[in-house]
Amino acid sequence: MDILRFITAGSVDDGKSTLIGRLLYDTKQIYIDQLEAIESSGRVNEDGQVDLSLLTDGLKAEREQGITIDVAYKYFSTPKRKFIIADAPGHVQYTRNMVTGASNSNLSIILVDARKGVQEQTRRHSIISSLLGIPHLVICINKMDLVGFDETVYNQIVEDYKQFAKKLNAKDITFIPISALKGDNVVDRSVLMPWYNGPSLLEHLEQVPVSSDFNLENARFPVQYVIRPHTHEHHDYRGYAGKVISGTYRKGDKVTVLPSGLTSTIKSVELGGKELEEAFAPMSVVLQLEDDVDISRGDVIVKEEENLEVTKEFEALVCWMNNKPLKPGAKLLLRHNSTETRAIVRQIQYKVDVNGLDNILDADQVQLNDICRVQLKTATPLLLDKYEDNRANGGFILVDETSFTTVGAGMVASITHESELNYMI
Amino acid sequence: MDKRYLDYLDQLEAEAIHIMREVAGQFQKPALLFSGGKDSITLVRLAEKAFRPGKFPFPLVHIDTGHNFPEAIQYRDELAERLGEKLIVRHVEDTIKKQNLSEAKGRYASRNGLQTYTLLETIEEFGFDCCIGGARRDEEKARAKERIFSVRDEFGQWDPKRQRPELWNTYNGRIAMGENVRAFPISNWTELDVWNYIKRENIALPNIYYTHERECLVRDGKLMAWSDFIYRDPEEEIVTRKVRFRTVGDMTCTAAVESVAYDVDAVIAEIIESKISERGATRIDDKLSETAMEDRKKGGYF
Repeated sequence: MDILRFITAGSVDDGKSTLIGRLLYDTKQIYIDQLEAIESSGRVNEDGQVDLSLLTDGLKAEREQGITIDVAYKYFSTPKRKFIIADAPGHVQYTRNMVTGASNSNLSIILVDARKGVQEQTRRHSIISSLLGIPHLVICINKMDLVGFDETVYNQIVEDYKQFAKKLNAKDITFIPISALKGDNVVDRSVLMPWYNGPSLLEHLEQVPVSSDFNLENARFPVQYVIRPHTHEHHDYRGYAGKVISGTYRKGDKVTVLPSGLTSTIKSVELGGKELEEAFAPMSVVLQLEDDVDISRGDVIVKEEENLEVTKEFEALVCWMNNKPLKPGAKLLLRHNSTETRAIVRQIQYKVDVNGLDNILDADQVQLNDICRVQLKTATPLLLDKYEDNRANGGFILVDETSFTTVGAGMVASITHESELNYMI
Repeated sequence: MDKRYLDYLDQLEAEAIHIMREVAGQFQKPALLFSGGKDSITLVRLAEKAFRPGKFPFPLVHIDTGHNFPEAIQYRDELAERLGEKLIVRHVEDTIKKQNLSEAKGRYASRNGLQTYTLLETIEEFGFDCCIGGARRDEEKARAKERIFSVRDEFGQWDPKRQRPELWNTYNGRIAMGENVRAFPISNWTELDVWNYIKRENIALPNIYYTHERECLVRDGKLMAWSDFIYRDPEEEIVTRKVRFRTVGDMTCTAAVESVAYDVDAVIAEIIESKISERGATRIDDKLSETAMEDRKKGGYF
C-alpha cells in the first residue's frame, strides 16, 4: 500500500465538496456522528440530501459564509492505497491557498461543469497545477446528469480542453465523465454512460502510478541535525540526520558536502540505530561518513560523480502570498530545505497570467496571489535544481524579515553557476 | 514496479521524523508534550527513530490534570525511566491554587479546559519556543485546517486567519519574541494508521486501550469510567461492562467503548468496522458545541 496525495480545487458551485463528500461517503469514511452533526445543522440540498460540503468546511467563518477559505486535509483509504486530499478553495483571491495545497500533491482533480464547459476557472486551476509540477491531471466533467449523460457534450469538452492543454507542461491528463451528486463514475462505473469505457474516478486514483513521481536519479541529502551522543558507547559517533529528498545513498558511495566541497565516503546508512543497505527518497535516515569533516545543518550531501555546483544567482517563478506588494529590491529571508539565507529580488521580469498563461511584461510590482518570474540573489550559496527537473530540491519559501510570516512560494526556473559568473568576468 | 518502494507507514514515518528534526534544527528550546495516550506514545517512538543513538533534543512534558488514569501515569513514568529521557510534570492543581482559578462544577465538570492555563504557565517557566504534539488532522474539522507548524501568540492562541502558507516539506519556524510554535508530526496519520504503526513497531500501550471489566457511569448513552472525580446525578446508573478506551485523556471527559478487543489485531479489526469516529465515541468536550474544538484552540489549547 502506498500514498496518493491529491488536490481538489474549486468553489461550492462546481460540486467539489459534493465530490469529496461522495468519495468519503462511498468509501465509508464518514462516521455516523459526523453525519448527525451535519443533519442537526439542518442544511440540505435541493434533493433533500444532507449537504456534504459541510464535511469539508471546518472553520466557523467558512460555515457562516458558506465558502472555503483555507486548505483542509481529508483522509481515506481503500485496500490499495491511502489517500490524502488537499481540499482548496478555487476563487482567484485564494490562489495562494491552492498553491499551498498543490505543492505536495501528485495529482490534481479539476472539475468542469458539463453545462458550462471549459471556463476561466478550469484554465486557472490547470495552469497552477502545471506550474506546481503536479504530474497527473484528472479532468472530471461533472453534472453529466444535467446534460442527459450525453456523449457528444462530453467529447466537445474534451476537445476544447485538449486544445487549451497544448500550452501546459502536463505529462498525464485523464478525462472522466461523472455525476458527483448521483455517484456516477465516482466509485462505481456508471450504467448510464455505456459509451465511456474508462475507469471510475476512484479506480483511476487507485491505479495511477506514483512511485515514479519520486526522483531517484539525483541524490540530495540536506542535513537537518547532527547527532553526537557523547556517551561512552558512542564516543566518536557523528551522525548526519536528514531526509533523502531525491536519489539513493549506499555504504561506500563517494560523496561531496556542499557548499564546502569537501569529499568523503559513506560509512553507514542508518535508521533508528539499525543499519540499512540503501536509503532512497523519501526516507529519513542518518548518514555516517568515513572522514571527520565539518558538517552542520544546512549543508547538503551529494554524490561526488554528479560534480555539482552551488549558486547565489538564479531565476524563479514566485507566487506572492502577502497583502503588501512585492517590489524590485525587496530583501527577504529565503528558506530552501534546511538552509535559511537572506535574498534580494533584483528584478521582476514578468507576471504570469494564470487565466491564460500569457506573460505580462512591465510588471513594476506584484500583488497578493500574483505569480511572477523574478531574478534573485542570495547571501549564501545554495545547491539548487530546476523545479521541473527535481521538485524536491527546486522549491523554496520567502519569509518576511520582520513579521516572519511566509510571503512567497518559489520555484527555481534557471540557475547561473558560480563558475559561469567567474568566466564572464 | 521499482524495488525501491516505500510502504505508506514508512512514508508517514519518514515525514514525521523529518518534522521532528526540523523542530530540533530550528528551535532553541523545544519540548514534546506527552500525555500517556497512544498518539504521544507514537511520537516518542518516532523521536527514538529520529535521534538515536543520541539523546532527545527536548524533554517530555506532561500537563497532569490530576484526573488521569493511573495506568497512563504509571506507563509515563516507566517509559521515561526506560528511555533515560527527561520528564517534566506540571499539575493543573497547582495552577488552580496559584492563579486562583475556578473549577467547573456539575455534570460536565472537567479540568480539560484548565489544562491550557498550566500549559501556558509551563511554556513560560521553561521558555519553550516549540511544543511537539500528537494532534492529527483526521480527528476534528478545525484540526483538518491546522498547519504542521502552527504559530501561537503569547497567549497561546491559534488564529486561523493568520495561518502561514505551508509549502512542500518546508516549515517556517521563525517567530517573534513571545510567540511559540506547536508542531504536529503525525498530522497526516489517521487513527487506523497509528494502530497499524503500533502493531508494526510492537509498541506496548497502557492496558486500558484493551478490553477490561470496569465500573462505568452511564451518561447520555456513553460509558464514563466511574471514579471519585466524576459528579453523579442520583438517577445515573453505574454498570459493569467489558470496555476499552479509544482515546485516553482526562477521566472526566473521556468515555469508554464496549469492546472485547484484547490485542492490537482485534483493535484494528474493530476500528475498521466502527461506524463512529474516534472523538465522537469518546469525547464529551467536543459535544458541547459545534465549534468546541476551534474555540478551545483559539484559546491556546492543542
